[in-house]
Amino acid sequence: MNSIEALKELLYKIADDQLIIGHRNSEWTGLGPILEEDIAFSSMAQDKIGQSEHIYNLLHQLGEADADTVAFTRNANQFHCSQIAELPIGGYDFSLIRHFLYDFAEYLRFEALKTSNYQPLAQLAKKFFGEIKYHTMHANTWVYQLGHGNEESNGRMQESLNYSWNYALGMFENGPAEEVLIADGIFIGEEALKKKWLEVIIPLLEKSNLTIPAESTWKPVVGGRTGTHTEHLQPLLSEMTEVYTIDPSADW
Amino acid sequence: MAEENNKAVDSLDPRIVRAKLHSGDSSDMNNLLHFQTYEVFHQKKRGAQHHHVGIVHAPNPDMALLYAKEQYARREQTSNIWVVPSSSVSASEYMDDDIFTTAPEKLYRNPGSYKVMDRIQAFKERGMKPTDEV
Repeated sequence: MNSIEALKELLYKIADDQLIIGHRNSEWTGLGPILEEDIAFSSMAQDKIGQSEHIYNLLHQLGEADADTVAFTRNANQFHCSQIAELPIGGYDFSLIRHFLYDFAEYLRFEALKTSNYQPLAQLAKKFFGEIKYHTMHANTWVYQLGHGNEESNGRMQESLNYSWNYALGMFENGPAEEVLIADGIFIGEEALKKKWLEVIIPLLEKSNLTIPAESTWKPVVGGRTGTHTEHLQPLLSEMTEVYTIDPSADW
Repeated sequence: MAEENNKAVDSLDPRIVRAKLHSGDSSDMNNLLHFQTYEVFHQKKRGAQHHHVGIVHAPNPDMALLYAKEQYARREQTSNIWVVPSSSVSASEYMDDDIFTTAPEKLYRNPGSYKVMDRIQAFKERGMKPTDEV
């Protein structure tokens, strides 16, 4: 795989992750636990969808179809998102744990991309960094609160963490050309990212009275990066593309 | 009546249908008793004054800061925000608002009483700089 193909692969998985989790999180709009949280969670979901659009635009410059076509006309098996991004919102406990696990990975990914040799991506990473930093502050503050709340809140967060863990590990599924991206200085690679992520989140979870599952039970849920998805992605796409399907030229 | 209130909510919005809400459902405000309001102050640039912009509801200052950022700082330039528990604010009484009425014969307290505009105007007309001697 040459450098351009490897780069496209990287851009697709980042953009698809952002679009799909952004759409998922936006499902809380109007249903959030309190008004202020509803606004904050919706606003972060919008941030992610906006970021995906910018990355689809980079792909367009590399010869791929335009952002709307790419976002609205592919089937589930053409999406490169990790499976954790597509899981239904569940309860707020699960949505918060996913927000925490996913957003810290995203934060560290963009931090690494700030020094990417692919300048357009490095510039975007710098531009988005403040937004993503706030997302991690939001996630960590909530996880801390509920980890320390009462027995029920701690129990539900721990249960959601246990459920999410192997899906979260799947975020770091190796791409087909990790060594090319690393050699070209485009990205540090999934293995290095996963190591940084574990170093950051384990102490934060400990401070929140939450424990990650024993390493012997770790079994990353992979496949998302190559188009293998849960049964939840296609219904999400059908809902997301409803207007576009009716009228691709609609202005909205 | 209770049954009437407990009808499943029918909606065109698939998210609402999935949430399986009932019309009798409402958030139990008793669970939010530990929430309080925080007054939010917004600073545009470093060194400028913080201005009061509104309130947020939150269970503690950390959460209040999170919400203040999204409610009051996401659309404009911001360098800093403060949150202060509303309970920390001491306020004057509205029934005493007559203390703010300035008696008409004390116009000399208003800057309008100082007759300097004509001199400033003359200064400008002569095209002088502040450093010039008059």
